Parts: sequence; structure tokens; C-alpha cells
Amino acid sequence: MEIIKAGTNFNVVGRMKFAAMASLAVIVISILSLLFHGGPNLGIDFAGGTLVQIQFKDTTKVNEIRNALKTNNLGNSVIQQFGYEGDNEFLVKTEKSSSELKGISANIEEALASQFAEGTFDIRRTEVVGPKVGKDLRQKGILAILYAIVGILIYITWRFKFRYAIGAIIALMHDVIITVGIFSLLNKEFSLPIIAALLTIIGYSLNDTIVVYDRIRENIREIKRRTLGDIVNSSINQTLSRTVLTSVTTLLVVCALFFLGGAVIHDFAFALLVGIAIGTYSSVFIASPTVLVWETLWPSKKNRK
Amino acid sequence: MFDKNIKMRAGIALVVVMIALLFLIPSISQKLPSFWTNNVDKIHLGLDLQGGMHLVLEVETEKALESAMERLSNDLKDVLMDKKIKFRRLDHIDGNLISLELPSGEMSDRFSMVLDDYFPNLDIDSTETVEEKERIVLKMSAKDAEYIRKFALEQSLETIRNRVDQFGVTEPEIVPQANDRILIQLPGVKDPQRAINLIGKTALLEFKLVDEEHSLDEALRTGAPPGSIIVYGSKYDQERGKKIKTPYLLKKKTLLTGESLENAQVKISDRMGEAYVAIDFDSQGARDFDRITAQNVKKRLAIVLDGIVHSAPVIQERISGGSAQITGTFTMDEARDLAIVLRAGALPAPVKILEQRTVGPSLGQDSIDKGILSIIVGSILVLLFMLFYYKLSGFIANTALILNIILIMSALAAFRATLTLPGIAGIVLTIGMAVDANVLIFERIREELRLGKSARAAISGGYSKAFITIVDANITTLIAALVLFQFGTGPVKGFAVTLSIGILCSMFTAIFVTRIIYDYFIWHRKISLVSI
Repeated sequence: MEIIKAGTNFNVVGRMKFAAMASLAVIVISILSLLFHGGPNLGIDFAGGTLVQIQFKDTTKVNEIRNALKTNNLGNSVIQQFGYEGDNEFLVKTEKSSSELKGISANIEEALASQFAEGTFDIRRTEVVGPKVGKDLRQKGILAILYAIVGILIYITWRFKFRYAIGAIIALMHDVIITVGIFSLLNKEFSLPIIAALLTIIGYSLNDTIVVYDRIRENIREIKRRTLGDIVNSSINQTLSRTVLTSVTTLLVVCALFFLGGAVIHDFAFALLVGIAIGTYSSVFIASPTVLVWETLWPSKKNRK
Repeated sequence: MFDKNIKMRAGIALVVVMIALLFLIPSISQKLPSFWTNNVDKIHLGLDLQGGMHLVLEVETEKALESAMERLSNDLKDVLMDKKIKFRRLDHIDGNLISLELPSGEMSDRFSMVLDDYFPNLDIDSTETVEEKERIVLKMSAKDAEYIRKFALEQSLETIRNRVDQFGVTEPEIVPQANDRILIQLPGVKDPQRAINLIGKTALLEFKLVDEEHSLDEALRTGAPPGSIIVYGSKYDQERGKKIKTPYLLKKKTLLTGESLENAQVKISDRMGEAYVAIDFDSQGARDFDRITAQNVKKRLAIVLDGIVHSAPVIQERISGGSAQITGTFTMDEARDLAIVLRAGALPAPVKILEQRTVGPSLGQDSIDKGILSIIVGSILVLLFMLFYYKLSGFIANTALILNIILIMSALAAFRATLTLPGIAGIVLTIGMAVDANVLIFERIREELRLGKSARAAISGGYSKAFITIVDANITTLIAALVLFQFGTGPVKGFAVTLSIGILCSMFTAIFVTRIIYDYFIWHRKISLVSI
């Protein structure tokens, strides 16, 4: 069976400008959304705060929970349905956190216990992150992404050439910015696992990009009498079948995670889903064409005849 | 030559699989001989899967430094009086500074001798002569201050370990982090608030006399007289059914602290059936207690724990037995926990909670179930897809994939890595990405076949051309995973671990193992067509 028939020759390089415009438009929308929302929506991992996950035995309404919380002055907490409708599971979140031994989470539990009978609800998870730790994690998260980018830049420069590294980095920034933008558009929260997802997307996007680069390098060695544009285009086409197949298998498993993995990693799986789709696109339409653009602007010595 | 080679490679693969199974089986099956289960650990589950509490505390080491300075300033006072050196306004001011005034002149020489002889860790920070008086500020040397901070962290660690041990948590993890933090992982804790109280309570026990010479009401209006302080106690009010605060006027001086304790136990009083904590002093403490009670018969002695008066009974007679009781309105659990913290000793400085994450056992089990379901469904989807797309070659890739999952799991057990929920996600993701190596190889083989090469040449060409690509592509993912490992905490680290292990294992199974199967068919079965 074949999805992409042998001898397929899409004119990817010819559609470079169109792809670049489309990507640019999405990036602009992403950045605008981030500006509009005042930066990414940081979860308690990065902003600090308290989160309590509660499961009720019976059908419970958000208002009932809010009324209960009012008894302990926590009425302005964010209360969200968690998971599926019938689960009766809720998240209570507040920016407040306390470094005292008896924390906000204990106050929330106390407030619930005052309104709901014992045994009708189950505190399944509590998370308290102080502002100091939140700040630490924020810095560490940004540093982690920067370190990963630098490490990869060095590796690709060593294995290929600097211009390839530039193409790869532009492609992965493209992926990260758009994924972050989509999170911002949907007003989804950034937590630690989302940083893990972003780094995975970086890894995956590069994986894809490098396969194409490898083919370009091989073709340059073997076919001397063609323009770089031609070589890039046929390299993309030769690897297209593999690019699509790997995306399919990866997306299959990520879908399994997204639909079956449970509410706790739902957003994490969503980030992977979006990122892998975009990563596949960028390795075809952004990474290799960037090498071409770079070559046209600053030709390497060998090609300058 | 190839024949021998293939036997050796198959042998290597077989040995690897056997070792993997050796490590993996104890995690799956319970009915195994004990020599096996005793020597091989089960896969260790993270707190998010087995339930439990993750806690990061900050030890307020500055407070330890301050109380050390407080003690030093008291000692200095005693020594100066002893040596008959006149001084005024000796006080511990702010942080690690002590200030005092000396009449100027020959005194300062004797003063610096006292400093050299008795207080080598105090340096003169500044001196200033104002109106015939010398104003001196003493400072603890940076090295000693650092030592005290460090010691406070070490002692806190030790104390918390003691408390947790006595509380009875299996496999707790208590380690220092940065300069003043302690990371605590307690699997399976059911009542997080109780555990926090137990771990975080400073448990500074002090015995102070009640100041009966001054009026409490006046002190409440105008502030405590010098040498005394107002301390609150909490009493359970039967009529109103809640705890109320009552003020006490106490002498500032602490007569005895919890450091003199030898043991603390929960007892039930005969008359009321109430729980109380019985404490026994060590020999020095017993002598001190004997002297204190003898000197203060008919006076009230307050028992203060962490700045709260628990009780202030009247000393009826001299107590020489070296034991005392702490009563209050305790529940049985509260009394038991109090006994634990008193036995384990006080924390040298108060602690603050920086981070607390608790997962209940029901959510943990949920995550395990859903994670396993995702792995199974994800695997089946990929297996079917590969079989459908590549036919018999897909079957070979599937063999490698299943082997890969076994290797990842056994590597987790062998290296005692922790499996977390994101870690499970990492395994699922690896399943999708692991077949990439085979996809690369198979696409290459197809290309070679299209060029009209023989099965043997196409396979060997496909493998050799795809090899470099696979290595390059996987190393970049590995770089991202390693960075993640460095940065990650708990669950995220688990993701980095399974992703890295998965990538490394997939290179072995997807390249090395599948090649053995191909070579077997090519050289032994002499096949000339590839089902791909």
C-alpha cells in the first residue's frame, strides 16, 4: 500500500511564498492573541496559587460549590468542571497560596466539609505552589527551551551546516509560537507538562526536518548538475511518504492519549496533537525552503561560481 | 561468514531479551520464587500514580541565626557581668548584629580580651565614640553565620526524617535542595494536612514562669513590663463549642526547653479519659526541673509549645522524678503526633511551605488504568497500521515494537527509574515514534527495489542509507529529552526518562533486531521477494 505514490513531485519550493505568508499570518494571530490576553495564561505551576480537584458522588452545581467556599472567603475562586459531564469532578483554583502549615487547600476542604456531608465528596488532588517556586519554574521553563534550542543548533551545525541549523531553528520556533498561540486563543492554561510537550514538539519537528536535510545532503553529493532549489524540492518529495507515515503513526497514539488518557493529561495530549501536526507541516514547508532562502541571500563559497 | 555473524547477532538479541524479562517479570507477576522478587525491584511508581504527597519546604535559616545571636547576647551579658566589665544597653539588634555601649578608656582592652577568649566567632563590626562612651557593634563572622545556616538545614533534615520515620510512611524521600530547601516525598499519605502539621511544626517546647507580680489586664492595655511577655493559650470552651484564646503574662526567661527531653508518650488520664502527653527529662533536665520546681512552689509554671501556652498549672510541690505532663484538649491523633514531634526534637528554625502537591490514591489508580488503556489502544492502532501498510515487513517492525515496549519497561525497573503519568505518555509517544526508524528503512528499501535491485541488495542498501538519518534524527530528540531531564521536577522528569529510554531502545530494536530477521530470510530461506 502507498499513500504517497512513488515518483510524486509536488512543487513545494514553488509554493514557498504562499506557505510563508500563511505561516506568517498564523504567527501574527498567535502573537496578537498573546498580547490581547496579556501573555500566556499561566497555571499555578508558574503563577503560584492553589488548586484542588474534587469528585462528588452526586450531581453538583458550580454554584453550590461557590456557596460553600464563601463561608471561608474563597468565593472568588475559579471553579471549573473537570473531565466529562457525568464525572461530577471539579477544579477549584485560586491565585492565593499560603506558606503557613494550614494552607489555602485546607481552608477549601474545610469550607466543603461545612456544606457537603462527609463521604459525598473526595479530594483527589491538591496542588499548592508558592510565588517563589512559580517564579523559579517560569525561569527554568524558559531556560530549558533555550538550552534545547542551543544544543540542537550546535548539533546540526556540526552535522550539517549553519544554514541548515538556522532553517531548523526557524521551523521549530514557528511550531512553538503557533502551539503557544493556539493555547492562548483557546485560553488553555500553561503548566509544567505543557513545557514538556513543547520540548517534545521541538524534538519531533527536528526529527522530521533532519530526515529531509539528510536527503538534501545526500542528493547534493550525488547530483551535481542541478540547482539547489531542484534538489531541495525532490528531497522533500522523496521523503514525503515517510514524513506522512510517521506523522500518522504518531498522531494515532497521541489521539489515543487525548481521548483515553484522562483529564489530567488532556491538555498535554492536545499540545502534542497540535504541535505534531504543525511540526510536520513546518519540516516540509518552512525548514528546507529557509535553507534555500539563506543560500540565495548569502551564497556559500562552493556554490558561488 | 554471514551465517556465523547472524547467529552471534541473534544470540546478542536473545540475551538482551532474557535480561529484560528478568527485570520486568517481577513487576507483572506476584507468584515468583523469593530469590527473584527479592533481588529485582518492581517498577517504581511516581506519586501521581500511587498517590501521595510532594512537599518542598524552606527552612528559615535566618531565624536560626537570629536565635543563635539571641543566645550569644545573653551569654555575653553573663560573661561581662562575671568579669565585672561595665556595659550598657547590650542588645541583639536585627539579624546577626549585637550592639552595646562601654564607658571609653581602659575597659575596651579587657573587653576585646573577653571577646577573643570567649567569643571567637564575634567580630567588631564598628566602633564609635559618642560623649565619652564607646558604641560597639558586634557581628558574627560570615564563616560562622554560614555554618549556622548550614547546620540548621542539616538538623532540620535529620529531625524531619526522624518524625517521618516514627509516623510510619513507607519509602519516604527526604532530601535537601538548594541552600535552604527540603524536598519531601511521602507515598500513600492519606491525611495530608496531618502529615504537614507533623513535619512542619517547629515543636519548640519551653517552660516559663507566669508573671504574677504584675497585672495581666494592665499589661494588655499598656504592654508587658520589661522582662515579661504576653503569650496566648487556646482553650476549648465547652459551652460555645469552639476554641478560644486566653492571654497569659509570662516571664521572658525560659527555664527549660524540649532539648532536655528524653521521651514523650501518649497516655490516657484515668479520670477524664482524655489523652495527654507524658514527658520524661534526661538526667540533666530532671535535675534542672527538680531545682526549678523546688524554688517555685505555689507559683504557676507555663508549658509553651511554639509560642502557645498549653497549660499553666500551679507547682504544688517539688517534683524530683524527672517527668511532667502536657495536657490540653487533644484528640488521640493530635496527642500521638505531639509525642512524635517532641521525641524527634524541635526544628532549629521554622519552615515555610513553598510547594505542596497531593494526589489521592483513587486518582492515581485512575491514571494508571487510563494510561495502560492508552498504551494498549495506541499500540494496537500502530501495529494494525504497520501490518496493513507494509504487510510482512510490517510484521517484522511490529515484532521490534513489542520488543521495544518490553525493553522500556524493564529498563525502568532495572535503573530504578520512576514511572509517572507523563512518563506513560512518553511511552505512548515513543510507540508512535519508534516505528519511524522502520518507516525510514522500509521506504528506502522500496526505493531500492523500484530501481530494480535484488531483494538482498535492496535490504542492505535500505539499512545502510537510512542508518545515518535515524541516528541524526534521534539524537536531536534525545537532546530535547536530556534538557527536559535536567529541568524537570517529578512527573516531567518521568516523561524525559521514558522518552530517552524509548529512543535508545527503539534504535536497538528497529535497526538491529529487524535486520537479523531480514538476514535470516535472505541467507537461510533464500527468499528473493520482499513483502513490503
